[in-house]
Amino acid sequence: MSEPRLVEVRRNVLKHNDVIARALRDQFRSAGVFVVSLVSSPGSGKTTFLEKTLTQLQPRYRVAALVGDLATENDAARLARSKAPVKQITTGTLCHLEAAMVQKALEDWDLHQLDFLFIENVGNLVCPSSYDLGEDLRLVLMSVTEGEDKPQKYPTIFNSADVAVITKNELAGAVEFDWDAARKSIESVRPGMQIFRLSAKTGEGMPDYLDFLSQRLAEQRSVVHG
Amino acid sequence: MHELSIAMGIVEAAMDEAKQRNVQVIAVHLRLGALSGVVKDALLFSYEAACQDTPLQGSRLVIEEVPVAVFCPQCREKRVLESVQSFTCPDCASPIGEVLQGKELEVYALEVEE
Repeated sequence: MSEPRLVEVRRNVLKHNDVIARALRDQFRSAGVFVVSLVSSPGSGKTTFLEKTLTQLQPRYRVAALVGDLATENDAARLARSKAPVKQITTGTLCHLEAAMVQKALEDWDLHQLDFLFIENVGNLVCPSSYDLGEDLRLVLMSVTEGEDKPQKYPTIFNSADVAVITKNELAGAVEFDWDAARKSIESVRPGMQIFRLSAKTGEGMPDYLDFLSQRLAEQRSVVHG
Repeated sequence: MHELSIAMGIVEAAMDEAKQRNVQVIAVHLRLGALSGVVKDALLFSYEAACQDTPLQGSRLVIEEVPVAVFCPQCREKRVLESVQSFTCPDCASPIGEVLQGKELEVYALEVEE
């Protein structure tokens, strides 16, 4: 037997996921749908925030959502109240969504009938950061009750996201939320990140965020269609 | 904790490359970025389990940790960050957004014998 030797292979471990994500992104672009994924820790108010987003965008836009969860279908039931098409992806024990799950869930949907598609990831601030889902915008959500230093505790997910939303602002006074400290924490892991501070419950701050989404959709369409 | 599925991906990739070359793998060399979202110790632990009952059983996983490097627009140079908690230039303290390296999750070499 010969001596051991080293062979260079250079192979991305997540290549399989990345290939599917790229195909999804192409599919989204050609259908003209703007895709937003949501990541947050469990209990940060992702489902309420998404329900309000769907409801408030609906008069002007055609919207739909995929929601990832470990076990139950409760979230899909809650979101169905918005009257938007919603599909649950139950991951079993898997702590994150992968591109293949999104692809499978969308098999029987006509994306041309949509303006916005939202993908709610499993509540987890660690694992979802490694997986591209083909989304146009990754939104990280944190609530005022979680502590201002959350971004520094989970720098990877904040760094992989495009925009941050701080929600449950109606509770900010009660928990003595320090807005400047939170902003600095985000700034330290993702300089220049756009931040929206809002309350999904009262509606405060929602218009700015919804305008931002409309603008991004318009920008994307003008790029795709020249 | 998604390190087990990552470890299975590593084993699968290494097995595929080894099969093409008709070689036996002794060790898998991996580049792991500080922003990859994967924890080194959890991955090492999962690797052994992922190798069970595969041709890679008994092989080692060698991890090279890759720090985050950014391009500082003030210094006009590549800079290596001291910590992922602070995206500022270690030299001039300007905030930095553009990441040049640190997201790697790559099997870059296999230690093999014929």
